Amino acid sequence: MSVATQLNEESPEKLLSPVLSAFWDEPDSWTLETYLRHDGYQGMRKALEMPPDDVIAYVKDSGLRGRGGAGFPTGMKWQFIPQGDGKPHYLVVNADESEPGTCKDIPLLFANPHSLIEGMVIACHAIRSHHAFIYLRGEVVPVLRRLHHAVAEAYRAGYLGKDIAGSGFDLDITVHAGAGAYICGEETALLDSLEGRRGQPRLRPPFPAVAGLYACPTVVNNVESIASVPAILNRGKEWFRSMGSDKSPGFTLYSLSGHVTSPGQYEAPLGITLRQLLDVSGGMRPGHRLKFWTPGGSSTPMFTDEHLDVPLDYEGVGAAGSMLGTKALQCFDETTCVVRAVTRWTEFYAHESCGKCTPCREGTYWLVQLLRDIEAGKGRMADLDKLADIADNINGKSFCALGDGAASPIFSSLKYFRDEYEEHVTGGGCPFDPALSTAWGGASHLEVNA
Amino acid sequence: MTNTPEQGAVGLGMPEMPAPEYPADVRARLEADAAEVIGRYPDSRSALLPLLHLVQAEEGHVTRTGMRFCADLLGLTTAEVIAVATFYTMYRRKPSGDYQVGVCTNTLCAVMGGDAIFEALQQHLGIGNDETTEDGKVTLEHIECNAACDFAPVVMVNWEFFDNQTPETAKRLVDDLRAGLTVKPSRGAPLCTYRETARVLAGFPDPRAGAVEAGGGAGHASLAGLRLAKGETVPGSPGRIVSPRSSGYPSDEPPPGHPSSHDAPHATSASDPDHPAGPVTDGTEEGE
Ligand SMILES: Cc1cc2nc3c(=O)[nH]c(=O)nc-3n(C[C@H](O)[C@H](O)[C@H](O)COP(=O)(O)O)c2cc1C
Ligand code: SF4
Ligand code: FES
Repeated sequence: MSVATQLNEESPEKLLSPVLSAFWDEPDSWTLETYLRHDGYQGMRKALEMPPDDVIAYVKDSGLRGRGGAGFPTGMKWQFIPQGDGKPHYLVVNADESEPGTCKDIPLLFANPHSLIEGMVIACHAIRSHHAFIYLRGEVVPVLRRLHHAVAEAYRAGYLGKDIAGSGFDLDITVHAGAGAYICGEETALLDSLEGRRGQPRLRPPFPAVAGLYACPTVVNNVESIASVPAILNRGKEWFRSMGSDKSPGFTLYSLSGHVTSPGQYEAPLGITLRQLLDVSGGMRPGHRLKFWTPGGSSTPMFTDEHLDVPLDYEGVGAAGSMLGTKALQCFDETTCVVRAVTRWTEFYAHESCGKCTPCREGTYWLVQLLRDIEAGKGRMADLDKLADIADNINGKSFCALGDGAASPIFSSLKYFRDEYEEHVTGGGCPFDPALSTAWGGASHLEVNA
Repeated sequence: MTNTPEQGAVGLGMPEMPAPEYPADVRARLEADAAEVIGRYPDSRSALLPLLHLVQAEEGHVTRTGMRFCADLLGLTTAEVIAVATFYTMYRRKPSGDYQVGVCTNTLCAVMGGDAIFEALQQHLGIGNDETTEDGKVTLEHIECNAACDFAPVVMVNWEFFDNQTPETAKRLVDDLRAGLTVKPSRGAPLCTYRETARVLAGFPDPRAGAVEAGGGAGHASLAGLRLAKGETVPGSPGRIVSPRSSGYPSDEPPPGHPSSHDAPHATSASDPDHPAGPVTDGTEEGE
């Protein structure tokens, strides 16, 4: 309980650190005018006065790590771009946000698109790129409208186009809408898709930094990674490093969803715990308690209530056997059947498997067959080992990380909830009532109890 | 992934005739639009996805004529275009409704009620997945996570957000759509038809005044953390339960009418090494 007592002294005002979300509550938060009132394009001005290599070094020193899932140091990624090679360089922003549970980039782009555009100007100056792309998943038309609008505003104000803010630097941005395919979030599949092909991952090496878009040096970064850059330039790397830990510095968006009192976006220093987030936000919904959760989307091994105090940074979550991923904290309470949850996620992976490699294409298909049987009470005990076996044949043996992601919920749920799978087999079906898990079912459940 | 185009799926040994071209006036209009799209990219083939959205805006789905048009303009074979068009779920391969109603049934939304909503809509409309009502208004489908999990359960109509739905609100929504009433999403612009939406996806700004502003700033859930950080009450929570905290840990004493406003300090079976799976048995009891 010592952690809890210590939390006692911590108010949400101290625990949370809104930066990108700081003015989302203003009536026209998405406009250039609002953005300029909140230090908009100040970081860009500073960066454009610096030599490109100094900008790269500065971002590297800040310790910013990629927010798209893998946590790769952003400055280092930029440094990999060869210089003086005579080829065009490209920046491609990954706004495909489709990892189940992940819902941070879309609200960020809806409420504050200029933070991304400013970050793109800085990044392109650093990697000497004059044409950048935003690959937005197609299924979010209101966000697409605001991006079109923000880019047009930035051109009109001279923050895009020729001779940006009198610096001599030129940059064009193309907003590109995808057409529905989770795999296009994988960076090399995204590049193929942006080239007008089926979105299927490429063999690496060569890495995108050497041969990316149109076989030219390309940086692919997540929306939140790039949008975090202007504040670092404007307020300083020391300020950024004052938050989070040495290896995982800075602020980030945590997305709380599921059976919690207050689902939503919570911007906080890296390393906050789920217990702290639940503590300040009203906890699980009344009358219920946490059963399992994902730290970073469905592709990251699930946690249970034993993991409430795991620091949500790259090292902390890794040490506890999962990954920080996209910081999509999907919380499920005790009314939720874990077999049902895992079956549905696995159906997703089977549907989204691009079909390029056999372990993932075939493996996800057979996982779904087994899981559906188990869920329906038609499974056998031996099927549980078969599940683990197939997952093992996908994990680490697939062409891209989608396969590893598909194996994660299987391994982790068998690890923590094997007896629940067994119950489905011995009991001849699912012991849960799905009506109790619904947003409205929880309340009536409470009334019954009260 | 079903890779067969809508016609000629059953091969009888006869090669399919090439698709008819667009009428000259349509083609001229589309060519002007397409030139604008192609101009955005260093390599013309990059324009293929937006062009497929564009031909979808013309006819409501991607037709053989539309694919031939894309192939002609980009110097590709129709086979290359078909390979791409069939890979992506947003391209419809058969005539469909003015309003595409997608219910998120990925795990989080499904558990929170998406499954119940999808079932209720199927019964209410008398159609199954990927089917269209007889009046041609509504096509129903289940969709994957749409990056709005903090607003679960989520329904998308023509890719606009309808947040925090229930079976009742969703049924009213489709009734309104079929009755031709103006329907406003939770976030974003008043609905336009699927074809108009497809044009925005091709990269042409929405021509309607106020479309960008509509729906205001961030949605309520997006603001949850910001409001707390500013010392405001959590939306949806029973009160200011978070701060200031002068005495004991709040959950040592459950707040009134609020048996366990949070899970944290409660002993769980997870602490029992013999039952590491924790709340499973509780769940079973409560589930019955
Ligand atoms: C199946 C799959 C889906 C992915 N989806 C996304 C996505 O939607 N957005 C994203 O930024 N990264 C996604 N990634 C990670 C990207 O491949 C890449 O690591 C990331 O965009 C790099 O950006 P960062 O360094 O700024 O994090 C995905 C990876 C895989 C394997
Ligand atoms: S792991 Fe799956 S998604 Fe990735 S290349 Fe193989 S089949 Fe495609
Ligand atoms: S699970 Fe439905 S929006 Fe994410």
